[in-house]
Amino acid sequence: MSEGVGTRGILVAHGSMAQGLADAVRRISGVDESVIIPLSNDGKSPQALQEDLDRVLEGGPAIVFTDLPSGSCALAARLCSRSHPDQAVVTGVNLPILLEFVFNRQLPLRELVPRLLAKGVGSVTSAPEFP
Amino acid sequence: MPIVLYRIDERLIHGQVVVGWGGQLRPDLFVVVDSGLASSEWEQELYALGVPEGAQATFLSPEEARRALPHLRSSPERAVILTRDVATMLAIARGGAMEGESVNLGGLHSQAGREEVLPYLFLDDEDRERLKEISEEGIRVTARDLPGSHEVPLSELLD
Repeated sequence: MSEGVGTRGILVAHGSMAQGLADAVRRISGVDESVIIPLSNDGKSPQALQEDLDRVLEGGPAIVFTDLPSGSCALAARLCSRSHPDQAVVTGVNLPILLEFVFNRQLPLRELVPRLLAKGVGSVTSAPEFP
Repeated sequence: MPIVLYRIDERLIHGQVVVGWGGQLRPDLFVVVDSGLASSEWEQELYALGVPEGAQATFLSPEEARRALPHLRSSPERAVILTRDVATMLAIARGGAMEGESVNLGGLHSQAGREEVLPYLFLDDEDRERLKEISEEGIRVTARDLPGSHEVPLSELLD
């Protein structure tokens, strides 16, 4: 069952990271599986990963979240979304970014994406703090 | 400084190469040998995003790479040579251009016509023939996805 209209999140990462993060988002937020779709690059050629991504990116606005800012996941994401003005790529994903996304995904991308970046950066802290 | 790695990997510049091998070999230069990429500036920009700080990437055709090998070997920069398929590495190697070197098979994934040899290595008949040709050029060919993984010699891959 799809959970209403809004930007979809596609999570592309190494190993089982995407599945794990998507599971954590669902457990915390209660959103269903149509909001964050996990994809792994495990065992996939660049072409196969792009084809998987193209399939899930069809139809409507989306943000592709990747673990690293470069490499096979980010490259596939950038290649797939470069010709779609209603899609964006956000790299270096973490759980606070995804939670911010699921509760604000009705916002236009020009407002949503900067908000996600600020949340992601602001969530990286240390205790104690070092100057 | 010699060329520190020759690698065949469909993903070219990516995590295993930059972090796994790069962390150990500390390359200054990633030489991507690919006819398509050598003439596509926007794709070069995308791949160059994966290059770590302090290193650079250059994109050459196989013929340009053959001509560049003597310079790369005598340069102070530590270079990694990357191709996305066996045919391109063979094109560089022909005529003894890489005699005495080693080629690392790091990632050829599943697709029609290929059979699994290792979890990260799928080969078809043409790949096997070309790998034999590379070996006959006096080049050591082995498979290993990461520096800490078991290295598999070509003889075992072709069994």
